[in-house]
Amino acid sequence: MSVSDRPMTLFTMSEQAMSAQLVRMNAATSNLANAGSVSSTEEGAYRPIRAVFTAELDRATGLSSVRSDGLVRSETAPTKRYDPGHPLANGEGYVFETGVDESAEMIEIMESARQYQNVVQALQTAKQLMIETLRSE
Amino acid sequence: MSEALFGIHGAALEVRSQRMGVLASNIANAATPGYKARDIDFGAALADRLEQRRGGPSMPNGLDADHLLYRAPTMPSLDGNTVELNREQLAFAENALAYSATLSFVQGKVNTLTRALKGE
Repeated sequence: MSVSDRPMTLFTMSEQAMSAQLVRMNAATSNLANAGSVSSTEEGAYRPIRAVFTAELDRATGLSSVRSDGLVRSETAPTKRYDPGHPLANGEGYVFETGVDESAEMIEIMESARQYQNVVQALQTAKQLMIETLRSE
Repeated sequence: MSEALFGIHGAALEVRSQRMGVLASNIANAATPGYKARDIDFGAALADRLEQRRGGPSMPNGLDADHLLYRAPTMPSLDGNTVELNREQLAFAENALAYSATLSFVQGKVNTLTRALKGE
């Protein structure tokens, strides 16, 4: 991380938390975009991705920010469906549909957006107080 | 110097500012599995800070680490995260208000002193 060599401030912390939420939101959006996609093999079917968060404590200031440690593929098994007319059907007439749960992904996006808003709100309040402190004569 | 000028309010403002950072960390980590929400024991941290200013023993890492306590969750969640957003937001708002109040005390002190210096 580019900011790790400098002491963590409220601003860098909020920035990292917002980036992490953005990664999470993008992962859920990718899953939604791939919902309903089919494949001719079980291995080739799309597996939903999830962002993994870890807390990052800065000992000097006591602040802890969020780091998104990359993405993991969840092991949701694809649904096997009999559809011999499908162009992607295998020799026995089956297609494999991805196991994306659309409602769960929508909720994931909503929760992520809510937490993003919370961070922004906290940052705004803190920034306002800092400005007041600076402007005091 | 600042102790004589601002009394308790200078130290209080510092602790309030630090607590704001800790509470903001909690809000930022609302979705991190295994994260334990923390809070500063304001009264104890302030007392320690005042003691230190009067020549008491200094804290090992300068930070109020000894007063950084883990919050007991109302309802533990499965992923080990103990952040409860409603509580954190409430504490953050309360802390921001108290920061504002302390700041106005400090500002009042500065204004008084400025007027005395100007001789108005």
